[in-house]
Amino acid sequence: MQRDIAAIRRFAVMRAAMALRAALVTATGLVVFAALLTAAGKDPLRAYLGTLTYVFGNAYGFSELLVRMIPLMLTAIAVALPARIGLINVGGEGQLYMGAWLATAGELALSDLPAIVLLPILTVLGFIGGGLWALIPGILRAFRLVNETISTLLLNYVAPLIVSFFIFGPWRSPESASYPQSPAFVDAARLPTFFHTRVNAGFVYALACLVLYWLVLTRTRWGLEMRAIGGNPEAARRLGIPVLRYMVAVMFVAGGVAGLAGMAEVSAIQGRLVSELSPGYGFIGFLVAWLAGNSAAGIVLMSFLFAVISSIGDILQITQGLPFAVINILMAVILFIVLARRPYGRAAR
Amino acid sequence: MNATLLAGALASSILSGTSLLYAALGEVIGQRAGIINLGVEGIMLIGAAVGVAATVLTGNAYLGVVAAALAGTGGNLIFAYVVIGCRANQLAAGLSLMFLGFGVSAVVGRPFVGAVIAGLPRLAVPGLGGGAAAGLGARLLAFDILAYLAVPTAILVWWVLFRSGWGLGLRAVGENPLAAYAAGRRPQRLQYQALGLAGLFSGIAGAHMSVALTRTWAEGMTGGRGFIAIALVIFSRWSPLWAIAGALLFGGAEGLQLQLQAAGADVSPFLMNMIPYLLTLLVLVPGGWNRQSAAPAALGRTFVGVE
Repeated sequence: MQRDIAAIRRFAVMRAAMALRAALVTATGLVVFAALLTAAGKDPLRAYLGTLTYVFGNAYGFSELLVRMIPLMLTAIAVALPARIGLINVGGEGQLYMGAWLATAGELALSDLPAIVLLPILTVLGFIGGGLWALIPGILRAFRLVNETISTLLLNYVAPLIVSFFIFGPWRSPESASYPQSPAFVDAARLPTFFHTRVNAGFVYALACLVLYWLVLTRTRWGLEMRAIGGNPEAARRLGIPVLRYMVAVMFVAGGVAGLAGMAEVSAIQGRLVSELSPGYGFIGFLVAWLAGNSAAGIVLMSFLFAVISSIGDILQITQGLPFAVINILMAVILFIVLARRPYGRAAR
Repeated sequence: MNATLLAGALASSILSGTSLLYAALGEVIGQRAGIINLGVEGIMLIGAAVGVAATVLTGNAYLGVVAAALAGTGGNLIFAYVVIGCRANQLAAGLSLMFLGFGVSAVVGRPFVGAVIAGLPRLAVPGLGGGAAAGLGARLLAFDILAYLAVPTAILVWWVLFRSGWGLGLRAVGENPLAAYAAGRRPQRLQYQALGLAGLFSGIAGAHMSVALTRTWAEGMTGGRGFIAIALVIFSRWSPLWAIAGALLFGGAEGLQLQLQAAGADVSPFLMNMIPYLLTLLVLVPGGWNRQSAAPAALGRTFVGVE
């Protein structure tokens, strides 16, 4: 009992220190970014204050932060899990698109089922869609054909083209002549949202995945073997751990988790398949996982941080006529500060 | 396929291949010094945006390319400071550089969205003129100066890397920085130089896309070509000469796709746009891991240094 309390206290102190460091780095990044904006003749202070009042001023603004955390947490897990066995998955973006794609295919085929049956099916389809997409680099890596970093990066550019092909072609909704998109999902295919906000069941998926991720890694034989592979794949192989099978399976599961983000996006947020599904969630997810050192609690914290940062981008776009992409500068500045501060920092795994 | 289509496909392969070749050459230099830079995409975007901006502001496309090259060098030196000076993880720093490029290029290019520039002048090869068919050929097969210089540049890079003392030192750093240090080389200084040069090439690559090819700026216009260039480096086994062949192949895929679209082929443009990425993935498969034996031995490892 005493020992448990001490352990919990140590854990809390560790997390608090992590949060404090993150806050310090973010503050430095914000100052640098503000200097750049000022140099460009913009008013950063007004944007920051605008973000604060929007995000923390009322419950709805805050709920939008949680909405944005959903794809970030899910795509971050898709990076963190393979990282544990030394694989670098930079393909969360494409996996998200393919999850959305397969879930939409399911909705179009099975739209007369009741929600209680349809939603689980669509969730599974979203998982499979992302999973199969990640299986390609997984297999190419396991058979030592193509390095997974480059293959996942390349496939990111293919998945949105597949989505575009379908919504400009076979799935194009007859009602929307000007803006190509799939027909609207039936009500039974819409993930439930909570408290009259856009916060949806995807948030529950993300938290459940995080808990599972933590449990599997720390409490199961799989987790032990995965950590063994991550530590030294050759030693693990000689111990009789099926390293190749792990590579393929882990990539499938990781892609599946990213696919869930795509499924939640079409089912809960958009209500149909559109071409501009993600403003780079998959890439941001990679950085979230990296900054979090692949820890489950860290992923929650960093997702929150990046959700706030992307809100600043919204405000800058709306009030100061800057492209939303300007927010990438702030992210890069923060990341560079972290990278520069941690000379022998954790590898990207 | 008729002659016009063929000539057009050839011309657009060379034009698409040019920017890929410059980007790949930059990445070869960096990786030969032991540093993986996943941020080429971002530097290309900065080059493309700065190229258009400087061309509009100065009215001279050549100055646009020079400005893009300088911007690329500057951007890459930030990355160099983080991975060499601060010994940060190269993959994470590279992706951060990509984000920086997305953001900076979007802001720099914003006032110039929709602006159409005259672009780099096409210079006809003397002797190709005359005759009706040749007139067509001369129009199609007249390229900008960067396209003409691409292959000589690749040969020059090969010569510098494999025949000069500086290149020997650079490759030694990429293979074994400690040994290079013991032999009197300065690993970190050489890596800074390599990455500066790589940024110069990536900036030119981006500028070629916007200033010579599309003659306009659009957000995110490089569309993953920076990553294709990285794949090209693996494909060409870190050799500047093989990179020429690779760039022609990928440029060819892109050129063929553009020509088919222009000729009104009844294939969805989305499917055709996948070709370069899928082809890249496909050509990496044969040979597979054996190719890794050609990689610089210390690639991606951080040189902790003794200085």
